[in-house]
Amino acid sequence: MLSSAAKRVPPMPDPSDPPAIEMIGMNKWYGNFHVLKDIDLTVLRGEKLVICGPSGSGKSTIIRCINRLEEHQQGQIVVDGVELTNDLKKIDLIRRDIGMVFQHFNLFPHLTILENLTLAPIWVRRMRRAQAEQTAMHYLERVKIPDQAHKYPGQLSGGQQQRVAIARALCMSPKIMLFDEPTSALDPEMVKEVLDTMIALAGDGMTMLCVTHEMGFARQIADRVVFMDQGEIVEMNTPSEFFSHPRHRRSKLFLTQILN
Amino acid sequence: MKALSLPLPAEPMPGQIRFGALRRSAILLFGTPLNAVLTLLFGVLLVTTVPPMLHWLVIDAVLFDPSPRACRVATGACWSFIYAKSGQLLFGIYPLDERWRPAIVCVLILALLAWSVRPASWAPRLAALWVAALVLIFWLMAGGFGLAEVPTSSWGGLPVTLILTVVAIGVAFPVGILLALARRSTMPTIRIGAVVLIESVRGLPLLSILFVASIMMPLFLPEALLPDKFVRALVALTIFAAAYLAEVIRGGLQAIPNGQYEAAAAVGLPFWRTQYLVILPQAIRVAIPALANTIIVMIKNTSLVLVVGLFDLISSGKAALADPDWPSPAAETFLFIGAIFFALSFSFARFADFLERRGPTAH
Repeated sequence: MLSSAAKRVPPMPDPSDPPAIEMIGMNKWYGNFHVLKDIDLTVLRGEKLVICGPSGSGKSTIIRCINRLEEHQQGQIVVDGVELTNDLKKIDLIRRDIGMVFQHFNLFPHLTILENLTLAPIWVRRMRRAQAEQTAMHYLERVKIPDQAHKYPGQLSGGQQQRVAIARALCMSPKIMLFDEPTSALDPEMVKEVLDTMIALAGDGMTMLCVTHEMGFARQIADRVVFMDQGEIVEMNTPSEFFSHPRHRRSKLFLTQILN
Repeated sequence: MKALSLPLPAEPMPGQIRFGALRRSAILLFGTPLNAVLTLLFGVLLVTTVPPMLHWLVIDAVLFDPSPRACRVATGACWSFIYAKSGQLLFGIYPLDERWRPAIVCVLILALLAWSVRPASWAPRLAALWVAALVLIFWLMAGGFGLAEVPTSSWGGLPVTLILTVVAIGVAFPVGILLALARRSTMPTIRIGAVVLIESVRGLPLLSILFVASIMMPLFLPEALLPDKFVRALVALTIFAAAYLAEVIRGGLQAIPNGQYEAAAAVGLPFWRTQYLVILPQAIRVAIPALANTIIVMIKNTSLVLVVGLFDLISSGKAALADPDWPSPAAETFLFIGAIFFALSFSFARFADFLERRGPTAH
């Protein structure tokens, strides 16, 4: 499924569908520090967005607002037709449908790989254990490490752990996947195996938001690249336009720094 | 964690072994002037203390002679007292004809403890089993429903120590977890309530809490509302243990990185499930050495109930020593009681060690 999908042309996002994520005039502060400034962003279903920018630009914060690991103070965020408010029940329902992959994997170290993958399906989706394990093994095969199912996270390499983290998110059959610098904590030789997994996932038509510095990856899968600096969306364009003709001075500066 | 593997010395030839070992010990014991002096001093100490100790413990001791007379003339320990008085030491002033009841209670508690340490029996039904066992235990001890009634003031010895330990720690552990979570809560009333409770209990000596429970409560509670003295002491011990365990567990909670909460939140796990499935298993594991420490202290703290007139093992021992027919062998009695406490505490320490080794070792 995965390997063939990588070669298949991904289905084009359809602008007539209701959007997967919509942010309107969104602002966020940490105390007095204005982290996100007047963010307007619409992500279509099936769209792949790569968010880049210098550190401290608010790019991680923006995707952490989508599953409300961070709260915004002003404006609207609508995910899958539901507005994010303080209603905790609603937030938990939204979170079930959003997979998240963290920079530091955040696997549960006291559980085996298989238990990491079945925990949420069993306790959140109320799936039967046998079925949850079957689903888990299916996704472990997709990320190409079914033989590690009974090990603990601490026994795996960083790249393997991150692939487990991707499989863990997929086990909840999410509608949207968020990636928060998924390859930044990895040794260089392990970056490719994780990116390959993400490229395959993109081929399946998953809605994806990735905060990453992997510009080759962005070029390959992104429908749009979002460039952020100092809490603002400075530029948003197709990867070919963004990389060949960055329009803003700050984008140009960032690209020269990162491509060298 | 892996032990450092040191290169092993080459296998000695068969004839070399004894000589080599002798040489090595000689170098170790007398290699330097300081080592030689220390070896000699320690040798003198051993020669002067071990033989008298052996004489007292075994050679000159009265081992089996059941009459008190033998103990009066013997210069060694009076172990026959322990044997002759074992009923009173173990069961205190519990009515003689009914001693089979506390005996069953002790066996039942110890058997259940042994059963409970097996990972295979860790399931919700284990808690149900304990609740059922405790009902049975209180019926056997207190009587009623066909058994002669025995008031708690006549309970004594090992069953009292075991019941106090098991119930106080068994209840204090979950309460301690709740207090630890409450103290980290973002809701101010809950957090402040937990802080006030924990700090006031920690700030008082256990003795004063026991005195409050047994002496002051009757002053301002009407008799109809006043729980039994045994129950009051049990509640006091439980609250005390809970406050200490709460702080130990909070220490474990502090060690869990924020990413674990975020990963649990990101898949939509609600608060209590996050705690139960993700955070507490890790936090408690981190805190095992400190938890074992606190729990062992609590096992021994149960002996303090003697100051409010409950007959635990130590009070029973003191009562047995009061028999005028015997020459009051206090050292032997307290060695025996000490051995029981040691057996309980050491078994628990081994269990904690086993828990620590279980499961993944790397983070």
